[in-house]
Amino acid sequence: MRLPVAALVLAALAGCAEAPPKKATAAPEMVAVVPAPTGHVGAVVVRSGGGEQVLDQAYVARRVNAEGTVETAPVTREAVDEIFAETVKALPGRPASFTLYFLEGKDELTPASKAELDKVFGELRRRPAPDIQVIGHTDTVGNLAFNDKLSLARAERVRDMLVGLDIESQRIQSAGRGKRELLVPTDDNVAEPRNRRVEISVR
Amino acid sequence: MRKTLLCLAALAAALPAWANDAGVLKVSQGQVQVERDGKAVPASVGMAIRASDTLRTGPDGAAGVTFTDNSLISIGPNTVFSIDKYRFDSTTHAGEFEGSLRKGKLAAVSGKMVKQTPESMKLRTPSSVMAVRGTEFVVAVDDVIAAAR
Repeated sequence: MRLPVAALVLAALAGCAEAPPKKATAAPEMVAVVPAPTGHVGAVVVRSGGGEQVLDQAYVARRVNAEGTVETAPVTREAVDEIFAETVKALPGRPASFTLYFLEGKDELTPASKAELDKVFGELRRRPAPDIQVIGHTDTVGNLAFNDKLSLARAERVRDMLVGLDIESQRIQSAGRGKRELLVPTDDNVAEPRNRRVEISVR
Repeated sequence: MRKTLLCLAALAAALPAWANDAGVLKVSQGQVQVERDGKAVPASVGMAIRASDTLRTGPDGAAGVTFTDNSLISIGPNTVFSIDKYRFDSTTHAGEFEGSLRKGKLAAVSGKMVKQTPESMKLRTPSSVMAVRGTEFVVAVDDVIAAAR
């Protein structure tokens, strides 16, 4: 009694294996991992018809032709650049962040950060429809309430400067984190210039 | 009343995409349409992109979206790309992103979601599902790639 069942299952499995997927009308497909600007190469796992293939090298393309046949082979960087030229050109600017430093106990920038403003603002202005987050921080000199107020004043100072550059105020979020997120961990009541900062994130 | 409504509409349109939207359309060139709730609307830079939107480009079109987890996706000419699912928690960085490239070309840079949970971003093509472990890749579903090597 057992044998015929097993035979049936085997027959059914064999039947499945023998029927190749007919995709005579499908468009050819191609996927390739490319290096990040930093040179980092990641990975993509391609799953198809029960199979799995890991692509973890740059410029190795997995192709599926119109008949459904899969081929994985190196592709030149030039070919990828050519095929995807318009596509890659349309990638939005990469999210970035900038840090500006402040004088002790004040919402006034350090001379070094003042000098850096043009560069940072230039980066922000170049982006279409930027979404900007401005977060103010302090060092641990003073109590919580004082530092909450000071960190917000720093963030709003930067926010006002950005609005002055004609960046729509609705696209800028600002907040103060007081002495809760120290860049350099210190004891309480320690003056630390690197903690007196505003972090600007843009995407 | 009418003025209030207009003001509210203007305010809603101008809000940044930190909250409920999936992302923001940052690049739009040539013919680009966003299909939402069965209607096609012309794309404009700065518009919010939501889960279940479909982006469609013409022969001269290209578009780029920045998602709330900092992942980036761009599409080239003659492309149809749908966002099937999108969810991202900016506190825990947990989320899921599922998109479908029906035809055309796409470039992607994965974001915080994939960094936190590899393979939480998935891209479907007519033949396969690609699970992203990070970070950058290109995909085409297109007759013109057949000959290129």
